Amino acid sequence: MAEIKSSRIEVSDGALIPDKGEHSLFSAWRLAFFGAIGVLILLPVLSPDPYLDIIKFIPDGILKTFEVTVLSIIFAMIIGLFTGLGRISRITFINRLATIYVEVVRGIPLLVQLFYIYYALGKMVQLPRLTSAVVAMSFCYGAYLGEIFRAGLQAIPKGQMEAALALGLSRSQAIRKIILPQTFKVIMPPVGNEFIALLKDSSLVSILAVSDLLRRGREFASTSFRYFETYTVIALIYLVITLFLSKLVALMEERMQHHER
Amino acid sequence: MNDKPIIRIKNAVKTFGTVQALRGVDLEIKQGEVVLIIGPSGSGKSTLLRSVNRLETLTAGEIRVDEDSVTDRNSDIRKIREEVGMVFQSFNLFSHLNVLENITMAPLTVKNVTKKEAAETARKLLKRVGLADKETAYPNQLSGGQQQRVAIARSLAMNPRVMLFDEPTSALDPEMIKEVLDVMLDLAKEGMTMMVVSHEMGFARAAADRVIFMDEGLIVEEGTPGDIFSNPQEPRTKRFLEHIL
Repeated sequence: MAEIKSSRIEVSDGALIPDKGEHSLFSAWRLAFFGAIGVLILLPVLSPDPYLDIIKFIPDGILKTFEVTVLSIIFAMIIGLFTGLGRISRITFINRLATIYVEVVRGIPLLVQLFYIYYALGKMVQLPRLTSAVVAMSFCYGAYLGEIFRAGLQAIPKGQMEAALALGLSRSQAIRKIILPQTFKVIMPPVGNEFIALLKDSSLVSILAVSDLLRRGREFASTSFRYFETYTVIALIYLVITLFLSKLVALMEERMQHHER
Repeated sequence: MNDKPIIRIKNAVKTFGTVQALRGVDLEIKQGEVVLIIGPSGSGKSTLLRSVNRLETLTAGEIRVDEDSVTDRNSDIRKIREEVGMVFQSFNLFSHLNVLENITMAPLTVKNVTKKEAAETARKLLKRVGLADKETAYPNQLSGGQQQRVAIARSLAMNPRVMLFDEPTSALDPEMIKEVLDVMLDLAKEGMTMMVVSHEMGFARAAADRVIFMDEGLIVEEGTPGDIFSNPQEPRTKRFLEHIL
């Protein structure tokens, strides 16, 4: 019986700058990260008007962006867990249901889903803006995370389940005590990547007038007419946050590989 | 050993798609008996073993452990599995748990024991398999032989009446085979009922009451280790033994 020896799974969501092979002082990550921070510090020093005002105006938006992202990833994890279990279920109905959900959600752009939940379904149940945003993001990312959970569950060698069953555990006890704890470990890095992707996508919720980072920028720009300056700062802040998080995920990945050896 | 059979297999048939893994196997194993099953790969020996605790579901036929039917869909298979320990070729220790937790996990989950009792039993078993100093180690820090001995201890912690061994030494380096066989020999001496799929002749001669040769999903020949290894009757058995001896 062939068994998967390594429990590492690859779920890529586009380029991540951190590269374990690159340890030089001027790695791409360092240049981008410290460059962005440098510019964010230099601009308000050299030209307080309007940069200092922008930077004072923004922090609430950063908090809101994190609020949306963290809430969404929590609910998306829960949805993803059940979707992943559903995707490997032997019960045909549950399996189909989970698969259809994944296919449907992945086939509709997130922006359209946001519009749909807030405006279209809003005809029936009008949820608050922030709630709509979190529901849409969780619903969408639940499908992506479901695929990660599925891959993670399938990466656990079959023998683990067999050993648990042979000892007299029920299937659900085996999943809870043996399979899931190992799955969580394996999926941490890809989930980290989804968290970053979700954070970037959370800028879409600004169209529902949730005052996230991008929305705050828009508000500032539309009153001050300093579009170039405002969006430069917004872009740099997103960049610093995502680069920082990418580094964390890369470190997590590295530590995991180290553990395996 | 008394004469009461503890495992009764009647006309076991298993098909995987178009492949017939078992084509009508009858076998009774008495309490305290040690039975070694040999045969070429694909002969159905592992399938037969895995049917005893229903890791494989038979297509037809019946298996009973004591009075409980394994093959009856309505029987409580978990209760039967508590009585039937299993050791795998690839050890299958739980990689996220340390040695002690590996051993106490099932008793704590399935049986009504306290943490303290479970840990005490586990330590006794670890001593028995010669790994008393490894209780906090994780599986990936152990050699194959050590992992397999922990796996045996993990099975014994459920206090089974029967032990199934599915090629327990096939994945081991030669120098580690002996440490695992020694543990198995001790078990056999203590009167454990054992069904072992393995080609370890030394173990067979030292501990097996019966050797069964399987080929193409059927039992071809059976007898004492002396009979089978030194004086096989069937041409197929002879040919197979020439290959592995």
